[in-house]
Amino acid sequence: MKSIVGYRTPGPGTQPNHLHPAYVSSAKRSPTQPLVQIPYTLSEVTGPTFGAESVSPAMHDLTHQHKGEPLGERIVVSGRVLDENGRSLPNTLVEIWQANAAGRYQHEWDQHNAPLDPNFTGCGQVVTDAEGCYRFVTIRPGEYPWRNHVNAWRPAHIHFSLFGPAFSTRLVTQMYFPGDALLPFDPIFNCTADEAARNRLISIFDWETTIPATALGYRFDIILRGREATPMEGQ
Amino acid sequence: MSLRSTTSQTVGPFFKIGLNWLYRDNLIGEGVSGERVTVQGRVIDGDGAGVPDAVIEIWQANAHGKYAHPEDWQDQLVEPGFTGFGRVPTDSQGGFRFTTIKPGAVPGPQGKQQAPHLMISILMRGLLKRLTTRMYFPEDPRNGADPILNLVPSTRRSTLIATSPPGKSGMLEWNVMLQGANETVFFDVGL
Repeated sequence: MKSIVGYRTPGPGTQPNHLHPAYVSSAKRSPTQPLVQIPYTLSEVTGPTFGAESVSPAMHDLTHQHKGEPLGERIVVSGRVLDENGRSLPNTLVEIWQANAAGRYQHEWDQHNAPLDPNFTGCGQVVTDAEGCYRFVTIRPGEYPWRNHVNAWRPAHIHFSLFGPAFSTRLVTQMYFPGDALLPFDPIFNCTADEAARNRLISIFDWETTIPATALGYRFDIILRGREATPMEGQ
Repeated sequence: MSLRSTTSQTVGPFFKIGLNWLYRDNLIGEGVSGERVTVQGRVIDGDGAGVPDAVIEIWQANAHGKYAHPEDWQDQLVEPGFTGFGRVPTDSQGGFRFTTIKPGAVPGPQGKQQAPHLMISILMRGLLKRLTTRMYFPEDPRNGADPILNLVPSTRRSTLIATSPPGKSGMLEWNVMLQGANETVFFDVGL
């Protein structure tokens, strides 16, 4: 028998509750019973692993997946994936998806009256390198209306999905852009009580990764849960 | 150094664009041992309606109870054809279906074995962070002593155990009820 080292519990208010009434569709899809607390076992501290071979190297560049180039402002989105203990997380799968420059998704359910772009699918994947770094080239997504409330608009955002080293570290989130006027009004961005935690979802404009005459750089570091310092009691 | 984990956000309605390249409804590769099972069910919301925009992810051990992961210390066989990962979206009625093998028992707390189970993550529009649960197998004598099932109020335990429809060998049914009298038990694994 081996000791199991669990994962740290997120700080109060730094993660959303399932039910957030301002986000209307959470009402019928959130559990009403309390979550059942369980100890970490081998099942929670293991998880699917993805090596660099799992993705095509071409999938880091969303602007070269078709015959022509997509419309919109080319950007570089990059950053590091770390855990709460400040350790780099290499070999972590990062999946992204987003709307095109006009705020329209390449999806049959998106009926927003804005043009599709035949040169943009809006899908990318990379695996982090030995330092936990990732980098995408894409276009800045447009804002778009949605039906949550009257005159509701989503701020520009890119969806991110990460696995990390274990079932317990799985994270799906969204990256926003600095200075977006819609952020204070967005119930999804504002679902988290802790203001500093919310603001960490906003990428940082970055000269270092800006390519002269080609693309602005935005930096977005992602922190996955870190290990507890000691094995859990009773393991 | 102490950092705070990044805040979770909903997967939204359009996740297919980014996640469908890794949809995997058959977890069984070449040469994989174990009892074949097909699991089907529906994800149902608080109005009793099927959720057409959910995605379910599966994580499980192989038939020897071994996870394909460096932290599994057991001296058991990893099978190259079995990663233990699956991902399936729901259909227009909220239905899902995947084929896998029944895993072996895996180690649990205090030296106890855990009954065979699938680890399940559920993501959908309307969920600001994922739900996690487990699916256990019907009529497995090890369920009674499972240390995790025994932490669940006995009246709710059945929500975690699939059923075998009569006359359909190799088929299991298991529904995810987000709310209501038979609300599925969801676990707190921290996030």
